[in-house]
Amino acid sequence: MRNEVFYIILGMALVTYFTRIGALALFRFIGVPTWLNRWLKYVPVSILTALIVPSLLLPKGYLDISLNNHYLIAGIVAAFVAYKSRNIIATLGIGMSIMFILKLF
Amino acid sequence: MKLANLLSDKKELEEEAWVALRECTPVVIGVVPFGITCGIMGLTANMSGLETILMSVLVFAGASQFIGITMLGAGMGWGIIILTTLLVNLRHLILGSSMATYMIRLPFPLQAFLAFFLTDEAYAMTISRIHKANYSVLYQLTVSTVLYLVWVLATVVGVVLGSYISDPLTWGLDFAMPATFLVLLIPLLAERKSLIVFGMAAVVSVVAALYLPGKWYIVIACLTASLIGGLLEGASEHA
Repeated sequence: MRNEVFYIILGMALVTYFTRIGALALFRFIGVPTWLNRWLKYVPVSILTALIVPSLLLPKGYLDISLNNHYLIAGIVAAFVAYKSRNIIATLGIGMSIMFILKLF
Repeated sequence: MKLANLLSDKKELEEEAWVALRECTPVVIGVVPFGITCGIMGLTANMSGLETILMSVLVFAGASQFIGITMLGAGMGWGIIILTTLLVNLRHLILGSSMATYMIRLPFPLQAFLAFFLTDEAYAMTISRIHKANYSVLYQLTVSTVLYLVWVLATVVGVVLGSYISDPLTWGLDFAMPATFLVLLIPLLAERKSLIVFGMAAVVSVVAALYLPGKWYIVIACLTASLIGGLLEGASEHA
């Protein structure tokens, strides 16, 4: 185990635990302020989008909107499967199969 | 207050645990592929098996682990990795404050223990049990620990599977991350404001990815798009 990685994992664990116990300790009596509640509400959508879209549109670090971009094609199909099925196994299975087939040709 | 006082007799305790186990089974099944993916992704990002498993044991937060692994693989510094982890998990504050109403009566060590296991899934199950019956510590405890054990074990399975695949990237396994996130994201896009936030985050992240170094585009897109969502939320409440 590398020391640096160990400390990063420890740091991730500490801040994550802080987010879990923090509210219990802090807002036990007063509740979350409305403005913060509104802001936090859209954090999941924002962060997931920021992770997905660039990894599909810029898989190699530059913008690639073409049929040669396997990540984009498999991503569009996977989005459709995820929308229809809401199922992680189906989405991963079909998405990965398309990636694999595209890489063969 | 002793745990036993919260429920009157042993039979009731036993029944509550069984209900919890039965109800969390579908959720547990859904968590397994994510855990396996997490294990494989760790190896893909050049982390050791032990490091990957330790992260699941200590952090126990799916999305932030995927992100942390990706950023570690990209060779990013500790500061930005930990800051991003904090941002991704800030939503736990909402879950925590919502649970505070019920957990406030528990002894603090038990609160501190249960807080470690506070995930979206455990929260959703416990809250729906509260709506159906009453708040039950045993229910929350059962769901929390089962989800934790399954997450850690699934990560171990992923690490074992991953080491049999010589070069996961040639199999397109790095596509597992966006595909996994898509399944999490799409149910969140049910209403107009979420779609606007999605559009904002998409545009800002792509533009920022083109012009900013490293993975700062994640932080920038998250802060701006969620802030706009919050402002829209505020505007619609005042309208």
